[in-house]
Amino acid sequence: MSPNPFKIIGVGATFSPNLKANLYEAARLCIHFNATLVVIHVGNHTDEKHQSFEKLLTSFHQEGLKSEIVFKPGDPVKVMIEAASTLKIDLLIVGALQRENFVNYYLGSIARKITRGASCSVLLLINPSVTRIPCKHVVVNGLEDPKTEQTITTAFYVAHGLSADKMTIVEEITENEIHVNVDDDTSLRRANIAKEKLRRREESRVQQIINKVPQEIQQRVDARSQAIFGKRGYSIGHYAEVVRADLLIMNAPSKTSFWDRLFPHDIEHILTELPTDVLIVR
Amino acid sequence: MSPKENSINNFFKTLPRNIFSGFVVSLIALPLGLGLAMASEAPPISGIITAVVGGILVSILGGSNVTITGPGNGLVGVVLIAITALGLESTYAAIICSGGLLMLLGFLRMGKLADFFPSSAIQGMLAAIGLIILGKQFHIMLGNKITRDGSIDYLLEIPNSIIGVFSYTDTGLIFAAIFGVGSLAIMIFYGKIRNKYLQLVPAPMWIVLLSIGFSYYYEIVLGLPNPIAQEYMISGIPALGDIVEDLPIPNFGSVGTFTFWTSVLSLTLIASLESLLSIKAVDKLDPLKRRSNINRDLKALGLATVGSGFLGGLNVVTVIARSSVNVNNGGTNRSANFSHATFLVIFIALFSTQLTRIPLPALMAILVYTGYKLASPVVVRKMFTIGKEQVLIFFVTLLTTLFVDLISGILAGIVITFIIHILLNKSTGLFLRNMFKPNVLMFQETGDKGGSNYYVSVKHFCTFLNFYKLKQKLEAIPESQDVVVDFSKCSFVDHTVMENLHDFQEVFSKKGGHFEVVGLDMHDTDSAHPFALRKMITVPKMFTKSKTKRQVSLEELAQSYNLEYHPEKNEDVHELTDFLYFQTKHINHSYNEFRDDDNVLHLFDIIYSEGEFIAQGTVRSTMITIDLPTPIPSFTIDKEGFLEKFYAITGWNDINIDGHTDFSNRFFLLGENEYAIKSFFSNELIHFLESNPYYHIESKGDQLLIFNKERPATIKEIKALLDYARRLQQVIHNITGELVAVI
Repeated sequence: MSPNPFKIIGVGATFSPNLKANLYEAARLCIHFNATLVVIHVGNHTDEKHQSFEKLLTSFHQEGLKSEIVFKPGDPVKVMIEAASTLKIDLLIVGALQRENFVNYYLGSIARKITRGASCSVLLLINPSVTRIPCKHVVVNGLEDPKTEQTITTAFYVAHGLSADKMTIVEEITENEIHVNVDDDTSLRRANIAKEKLRRREESRVQQIINKVPQEIQQRVDARSQAIFGKRGYSIGHYAEVVRADLLIMNAPSKTSFWDRLFPHDIEHILTELPTDVLIVR
Repeated sequence: MSPKENSINNFFKTLPRNIFSGFVVSLIALPLGLGLAMASEAPPISGIITAVVGGILVSILGGSNVTITGPGNGLVGVVLIAITALGLESTYAAIICSGGLLMLLGFLRMGKLADFFPSSAIQGMLAAIGLIILGKQFHIMLGNKITRDGSIDYLLEIPNSIIGVFSYTDTGLIFAAIFGVGSLAIMIFYGKIRNKYLQLVPAPMWIVLLSIGFSYYYEIVLGLPNPIAQEYMISGIPALGDIVEDLPIPNFGSVGTFTFWTSVLSLTLIASLESLLSIKAVDKLDPLKRRSNINRDLKALGLATVGSGFLGGLNVVTVIARSSVNVNNGGTNRSANFSHATFLVIFIALFSTQLTRIPLPALMAILVYTGYKLASPVVVRKMFTIGKEQVLIFFVTLLTTLFVDLISGILAGIVITFIIHILLNKSTGLFLRNMFKPNVLMFQETGDKGGSNYYVSVKHFCTFLNFYKLKQKLEAIPESQDVVVDFSKCSFVDHTVMENLHDFQEVFSKKGGHFEVVGLDMHDTDSAHPFALRKMITVPKMFTKSKTKRQVSLEELAQSYNLEYHPEKNEDVHELTDFLYFQTKHINHSYNEFRDDDNVLHLFDIIYSEGEFIAQGTVRSTMITIDLPTPIPSFTIDKEGFLEKFYAITGWNDINIDGHTDFSNRFFLLGENEYAIKSFFSNELIHFLESNPYYHIESKGDQLLIFNKERPATIKEIKALLDYARRLQQVIHNITGELVAVI
């Protein structure tokens, strides 16, 4: 695996109040990761639009940002997904919407469709900001899944790039895994022994993954693992919210069908109520 | 010794105590069983059959430890309706079917069923059941048998019955009414008189003994027939042999009808609710603090119900009142339940003819009192202090149950609670959107300092609808651990949840853990939030009114003794729960607290109860605790009386100090570490104890508990208590000083 997973970072741009914040966040990330920024605008090319995008990015160009602006008319979802694959974008940044009267953030339907369809990693920003908010704490899933190794490595890279000093690798332990129903004191004791065993097993599995991560990106990050008990894919969002993490990094879902949306599980839960910024690694 | 051998040994060691406790319980179970069965218009003996079958089967197969099973008062209304609608034989069939359903619930692990009912609705339903029992039996208690259509009509008729009593001319009826009112008086005042010999025989048994004695007095001494009218005597108590011969045959003919299945459903619902609530309440009283296996208990109760139905008995449920009596009399395992059943069989075998000497009004007075307890104004007042919306839920459930039926009542309670929640939050979305989301997260925080506690965070909302998710997580935590439940991400928490969390808090503090609820402070500023919740969390004001006369004198006393005085209610009583005396008791709160300058000596009034004993109100007492700088052995010491001699036979060990026969005869000394206690009781201490009035003294190592009467002390007694405590403190100080010197 290459040391830099994100060489080209794409961001969708529409003329909304969030435009400046979205572009700024994307540009900052590009500088952190030494990547090229691709601004994708769904619509026809006009000089006027081009000018305004360039103007917003001027200050970053001085810092050495390489950028490109693409104009493509059509259905926003299709355009973004196609652009991501044709332009070989590694990371797509999508802004989430904040619903009025609600503290929670919800993804708009377009953003959600892009997230599901994109073939690259996707970063969902719940509260893009013009001035930089430092990212301190990264939470990453440690599910038993073939993708997890890549996700954790990427997480280390991101944490290193954003100079986050704390990272928590979360192992989710579901009730079914414990195999003991708590009825009385004896079964409670057995359940707790089973839990402890599972926790140790998970921890050693995660430790093995961490050991494979290159030392240079591991050094500055204080990585810990934490076992949580809850519903897989959902509780990690809850955990991120509780510990006030700045970024949650997750595996991409294997597949999403109609049924998954109707009976949400795993990532779908996270998409309906974003606890924090979420990075989905593909 | 292997643990198994150890537990067998322990079983035999505690067996005498359990048999004794089962005996005391059977004294209550006998009159209650007869009364409950008659109130349901089933043959009186069916109540006893229920208790016997339940006691034997559940004690062998059940999953709880100190519960007693038998006919339940909650079922009276349902059985009554079933018998009127279906007839006795079909009702037995319905009981058998409901037993099957109960077993099914157990196998499906539906022990959590009780969590889905809002607690105010349950309270409303129980109150309605209380009123149904009270309404119907009140007339019989006054010697006025009437038949009305609905339970409401019976209640409305009560004033007429009371007026009617004064115009009785028939002496038979007058005697019947006197017995009814007298028995009711015994039930009411029994709990107020705290005499240990009187309390040895439970109130219902006093009623039975007195009425049988009365009838013998007339027959043998006066040579007259019993003056109570014949139709007001219990009839039809068959001898043991007849019961076996005349087994009723359940009639499954009406299995196809709708009424049959509504009866089955009501029976199952009430039986499971009553049992589950009782098991939960009894677990809190268990001296060994074990956790009951409720699903296993449900299976056993179901099987026992099936058996009881075939033998002509009613639904077997776990009953809180008799279980509390069991715990308070030293019952520690299921053999107490078994022995209670055995004693009932013995009673019926030996005394079945004597039992027909009990007048009905006396028996019904017991039920009237039970009914009143369920629907007493105290319950309504409690609802008011929690919140007006709880009162609404309570009354909607109560009235629907009275006017329609039990199932509609509880459904109405659930619906109104849900509507109120929606109105309070001005949002349906909050509930609908998040109903099925896994809203509870639990993890073990590993602090940098090495300590680890469980952290539970709850999101969205937490009400009776989804409390089971939180409960499931909480139950998976050993009660000796520290738990933090955080509601800061949760926008709505209802009364049912708060009440249940309070129960958890109590269990955790009894088992040495710590249970804290945080994140609710924010809700105070949230206008959409119900007051119920805040009331549950903060300590409610008790003394908003001016101070009582006693409190004024106490204030003076505090000044003259140079003590700090705090009249307000203190609910943080976890220090006391470690004392042996409080292990089977439930402490409500302490108040009127005195503290000395060093915060070593605490004198306080305390309110506690001995479980949900039917004829035992709450107890108020005045006690002193003293913190000890140097640890001493744990022990309990009190005046030795007849009762203690008896306890000694049933397995308690009275420690005798060599060379002090008089002391050993006069005092009852109990403790685990006999050797340490013997060396601790020096001549000085023994002489001090011998030459002073008797107090109940208990040590838990680092703290002493001293009191003498189970009622609030007068100002004079407080002074004496203070003086005694100070001197005892000095004596113990001398001893520990010496001990330290020796070491």
